[in-house]
Amino acid sequence: MNIMPTAVIAALLLFWPATSATAMEVAEIVERANKASYYAGDDGRTEVRMLITDAQGRERERQFVILRKNIEVGGRQLFYVYFERPLDVRRMVFMVHKYLDRDDDRWLFLPDLDLVRRIAASDKRSSFAGSHFLYEDVSGRAPVEDSHQLIEESADYYLLDITPNDPGSVEFSRYTARIDKSSFLPVYMEYFDRQGQKYRTVEALAVEEIQGFPTVIKSRVRDLAGGGETLMEFSNISYNIGLDESLFTERFLRRPPREIRR
Amino acid sequence: MNQSVIRPATLLSLLLLLTPLPAAALEQVQDYLYNRHDTELHGFIEGRGGVRVNRKEDQKDISIGEARLQLDLSRWLGDGELRLKGDLLADGVEEKLDAELREFNYSFSPYQSVDLRLGRQVLTWGTGDLLFINDTFAKDWESFFIGRDDEYLKLASDAIRAGIFSGPVDIDLIYVPLVTHSRYIDGSRLSYWHGPEGRIAGRDLVMADHERNRMFRDSEYALRLSRNLDGTEYALYGYYGFWSTPEGLDPATMKLFYPRLAVYGASLRRALGGGISNLEVGYYDSRDDRNGDNPMVRNSELRLLIGHERELARDFTGGLQYYLERKLDYDNYRASQPAGAPLADENRHLLTLRLTKLLLQQNLQLSLFIYWSPSDQDAHLRPKAHYKINDRLAVEGGANIFTGRHDHTFWGQFEDNSNIFLGLRQSF
Repeated sequence: MNIMPTAVIAALLLFWPATSATAMEVAEIVERANKASYYAGDDGRTEVRMLITDAQGRERERQFVILRKNIEVGGRQLFYVYFERPLDVRRMVFMVHKYLDRDDDRWLFLPDLDLVRRIAASDKRSSFAGSHFLYEDVSGRAPVEDSHQLIEESADYYLLDITPNDPGSVEFSRYTARIDKSSFLPVYMEYFDRQGQKYRTVEALAVEEIQGFPTVIKSRVRDLAGGGETLMEFSNISYNIGLDESLFTERFLRRPPREIRR
Repeated sequence: MNQSVIRPATLLSLLLLLTPLPAAALEQVQDYLYNRHDTELHGFIEGRGGVRVNRKEDQKDISIGEARLQLDLSRWLGDGELRLKGDLLADGVEEKLDAELREFNYSFSPYQSVDLRLGRQVLTWGTGDLLFINDTFAKDWESFFIGRDDEYLKLASDAIRAGIFSGPVDIDLIYVPLVTHSRYIDGSRLSYWHGPEGRIAGRDLVMADHERNRMFRDSEYALRLSRNLDGTEYALYGYYGFWSTPEGLDPATMKLFYPRLAVYGASLRRALGGGISNLEVGYYDSRDDRNGDNPMVRNSELRLLIGHERELARDFTGGLQYYLERKLDYDNYRASQPAGAPLADENRHLLTLRLTKLLLQQNLQLSLFIYWSPSDQDAHLRPKAHYKINDRLAVEGGANIFTGRHDHTFWGQFEDNSNIFLGLRQSF
């Protein structure tokens, strides 16, 4: 008689998370994954290094600092990207005001000409800075663009099958995302083309907890069709540093803020 | 600092030969400066050559032939940044060595909502793409037409620039104690329409000018009020100074001069229809010829610009602009011109097209920029290919083609200057 409640509690403790997780709505998994990947903290700063290897094995580097601020969690965000490498784009700044309900506003500052350009490109599936990462991999893809289905669940992860609502707007027919149950970070994604061939993978190679936020500190994209890959490493990451909204304006394109200093 | 001590061609080959040699040493210098003095040193070394498409007697066949070394030093000083950027140029066409200080300034914020930049700096504002209405700051048209890097279209000014960001609108104030004139086409390197003689002239008839030289009196003042409201950028502009190119001719000396000018304008830029649209207007008040009846000074003008740029396909963008230059007091202009002189139209219409395509993982950029004036019946084409061989080495080739039905129109006068060029740049 005495043992029973303990056993029940033990059973509950053991199985509760799993049971609750199974019961977790797909929409909630997607939402939590989106927030974990792109909205950690109120704001953040990270230094980024990319190593791009093309199909012939030639390597190119990118190095930049990203400042980010959330205006609303899961919604509007501001990005400031300060380039350091390669040398021909040194001191250039790429600024984005990201919206969910309309095209992002993007600016590029060319320091040699003291020129603030507005970028017309609205395609989010184009390469980010010549790497195998796409603009959308860096800034996030709005969950409302896709339909999500939970196709597999283990003790450690959810496996989602994701299809675009507007297939004409993207180059993939579907993709799968393995989402880590403890961090809700997507750790492995596979993209399939219209013929159903897997052509691209994105994977988190290392995750670290920073100020309580599980954070991908190393990731890799592989281009299975064309060959080549890009490795992206994050360092000196910090969250909730008190970035002001005014930092994401033309003023700070001309005069980079002290937050970008190493 | 113009001396022809060493033959530029010798220096050019020397510089290029040396390029791989000092690379390792240079890295050590960079590390030393960065670690010990908190100073970043970068720059590039470049060789660039080009030829005229048509041989002409009044100009050299070589349109550009030069080696350039740029050094760019920057360091944080207090809360501000100190910047020094200078070029050493061995110019094989003009057969001279040249040193040019492109930037030498200190930027800081004396108050939280105030930015100051003091010293030599590049100044740009406005919304046009290679068309300028409210950007009255100095340009280097010669560099632009012979195929130097786009960076050299802008000439730096010795200026004080202040930004005030506390109110409902951002305020930019610029003071240039001694006006910086543009580098215009004077015949020394590129041929041009010589009005008084009514013909195309080149090295046989190089124009001279009276440069303004009274510090604190021949000054430029510029103001911009701007605001970004939900993705739409509004701006008002004011300028008080001089025509940037010498739009006046002193008949006594046959020298050009820089008449006084004031400009008042406005612009608007926003996302529209899946692209970016812009509108800009300006009123050019030619203060030395208010009535437009002095044939030796350019009339006042109204200028208008409408543009739209959009993505046509992945990594492929296209931009269109319509630009109008309307001569004011046209009747007075017409009456004042000597009989038989070719007259400019009251309205100069200009269309521009820009196409940019990125290829090979964005390492190859193919671009084409066309100016075409249906009213002047002339055009300027700027095709260019730029390829990044690796993170440090880039090669680019292109052409500057001028064509026109008449010799006296804006692009038509440069027809003999059409050229092709090739450049190789190593950054460090």
